[in-house]
Amino acid sequence: MSRSTISPTTHQLKNHTSVTQTIRHSLTMAYRGLLKIRRTPEQLFDVTLQPIIFTLMFTYIFGGAISGNVHNYLPVIIPGILVQTVITTSIVTGVQLREDMDKGVFDRFKSLPIARISPLAGALLADTIRYTIATVLTFTMGYLMGYRPDGGIGYVAIAGLLVILCSWAISWIFAFFGVIARTASSVQGISMLVLFPLTFLSNAYVPVKTMPDWLQWFVNINPISHLVTAVRELANSGVIGWDLMISLIGSAVIVLIFAPLTVRAYMRRT
Amino acid sequence: MKTDDKWAVEAHGLVKTFGENRAVNGVDLTVPAGSIYGVLGPNGAGKTTTIRMLATLLQPDAGSARIFGHDVVKEPQIVRQLIGVTGQYASVDESLSATENLIIFSRLLGLGRAEAKQKAKDLLEEFGLTEAARRPLKHFSGGMRRRLDLAASLIAQPPLIFLDEPTTGLDPRTRNQMWETIRRLVDQGSTVLLTTQYLQEADELADRIAVIDKGQVVAEGTADELKASIGNSTLHLQIKNPEDTAVARQRIEQVLQVQTKMSSLDGKITAPMTDADRVTDLLISLREANIHLAELSVQKPTLDEVFLTITGEDQSKESSKKTKNVEEVSA
Repeated sequence: MSRSTISPTTHQLKNHTSVTQTIRHSLTMAYRGLLKIRRTPEQLFDVTLQPIIFTLMFTYIFGGAISGNVHNYLPVIIPGILVQTVITTSIVTGVQLREDMDKGVFDRFKSLPIARISPLAGALLADTIRYTIATVLTFTMGYLMGYRPDGGIGYVAIAGLLVILCSWAISWIFAFFGVIARTASSVQGISMLVLFPLTFLSNAYVPVKTMPDWLQWFVNINPISHLVTAVRELANSGVIGWDLMISLIGSAVIVLIFAPLTVRAYMRRT
Repeated sequence: MKTDDKWAVEAHGLVKTFGENRAVNGVDLTVPAGSIYGVLGPNGAGKTTTIRMLATLLQPDAGSARIFGHDVVKEPQIVRQLIGVTGQYASVDESLSATENLIIFSRLLGLGRAEAKQKAKDLLEEFGLTEAARRPLKHFSGGMRRRLDLAASLIAQPPLIFLDEPTTGLDPRTRNQMWETIRRLVDQGSTVLLTTQYLQEADELADRIAVIDKGQVVAEGTADELKASIGNSTLHLQIKNPEDTAVARQRIEQVLQVQTKMSSLDGKITAPMTDADRVTDLLISLREANIHLAELSVQKPTLDEVFLTITGEDQSKESSKKTKNVEEVSA
C-alpha cells in the first residue's frame, strides 16, 4: 500500500508566539467567553441583582446615621458600593476559570500552538463585560435615587473605566486562586475571606475619622480606600488626583506579579 | 532545525511519576511516519499518560521524546503545530455549538474569519454533523461528540494525530464509523497514534502495536508478529468427568510433549498445538485411558491471548470510570 505522507516541512516552524499572535489568541478566547455568556445568560444574575439590592439596602440603612440623610450620603456611598460590587464580581472570574479548567476543552487549548497566556487572558477579558454591567447599573441606581455627581458624565465615565480596569487587575489574583485550588467552591471561599475584610475595612461606607486609630492606619493604607477615594474625586468633583495614580500603579503591580504566577501555575497543572 | 521524515514519534525511556505511583516507567516508542500505530494496554497501564507527554500536555520526569525530530520539552510550540490531539473525554466546549467550537479552534490556529467559517462547515459536513451544527453540545450523543472532537483535531491537517481511546464507550455501529474515519485519515497521509484497550481494534487498525502494561512496553510488533510470538494454535479440551482431569493432563503432556494449562473457571485444559497429526495419537491415548471428552476445539491465537499472556491474568479487575461522572455533575 503506498500512501503519500503529510510531511511536516511545508513551512518554517517557530518555537515562540509573537505579541500580535498572543493578542489575537487572547481576543479569540475572549470571544469564546462572550459566546458562553450569551449561551448561559443566567450567570449574569449576580452582576445585575447585586448592584440594585446593595445600593438600595446600604443607602437607606446607613444614609441617615452617617450623613444625616440619604441624599447627602449618595456621593459617599455610590463610589464605595461601586468599588465593592465590581471587585466582588471579579471573584466569579476565578470560580468560573476553575470550573472551566476541569473540562476537557482546556486540554485542547493546551495542545494547540497558541500563546499559553491566552486562555486565561481571554477569560479575564471577557469578564470585563460583567464589570461593565455592574458599573452601569450601580450608577443608574444612584441616579434614580437622586445622585447627581458634580464631575459630570465624562468624569463619571472615567471613574467607571478606572473601576473596571482595577477589577480586571484584581481578577488576576482570583484567577491565580482558581488555577491552584482544587475545587470551584474553595476558590469562592478563599476569595471571600480575602475580599470581605478588604472592602469593609476601607472608607467605602463610613468616614475614616469615626474609626479607632489602629483601624484608621489600616484603612488608610488599604488599596481599596485609595480606589474609592479616586472614584469619589473623579465623579464628585472631576479631580484627577494622587489616589488615581496609586490605583493605577497598584493595578499594574498586581498584574505584573499575578499574571506570570497564574500562567506558570496553569502550565504546571495537568 | 532538522526535521526527521522517517519517524513521527521517537520516545526513549519516558517516565512519569504521580506521587508514589510510577504511571509510566521507561516507555520506548518509535512510530514510522504514515502508519497507524496502536498502543494497547489495560486500564491504568499508562497509555494516556504517555500520550499526554508526547502531546506536550505533561512534562516527562525523565526520558526524551521527539515528534518529527522536534523535542517535546525544548520545542513544545513546534510540536503543537505538528499534532492533533483527541482526548479520552471529548475535549470540546460543552456550552457552545458544534459550529462555534470549530470556529474558535480554527481562529486560534490562525485562520481568518471567513476561512474559519468555511472550515467549520466543511468539517461538519465531512463528519455528518451538519444537522446538529447549531445545537449546544449538551444534547449531543457520545458518538457525535467524539466525531466533533476528531474533526477539531483535523482543522490544521496535522501530520500526526493522537487518538486516546477513540472508541471507548461507543456502540458497535458508531465504533465502525469511527474506524472508517481513522482509516480515511491515514489514506490522506496522516500518521495516527491511537491507544485502545480493545484488542480487536488494534488488530483491525494498527500497522504496528505496542503492548503496554504497568508503565512499560512489554511487547512490540505487527499484529502477526505478536500472535506468532506466543506460538501456534491451541487445543482446548473439556473432560466429561472432572476427576479424570489430572490423568488427562498427564497423557496430553506425554503425547504432545508440551506444558498444559488449566483454566480454573470452566475446567478446560489448554495446550499449544505444534503438530496437528499428533492430536490423533492423543485422542487414541485418551480413549485407552477411558477418559471421555465433553468438548474439543482448536483455536488460532488471538491478540487476546497475546495480551493475556504478556500482561498477566489480573487485567479483569478494571477500575471504574469515575472522571466522566464528575465531569457531568459539574457541567
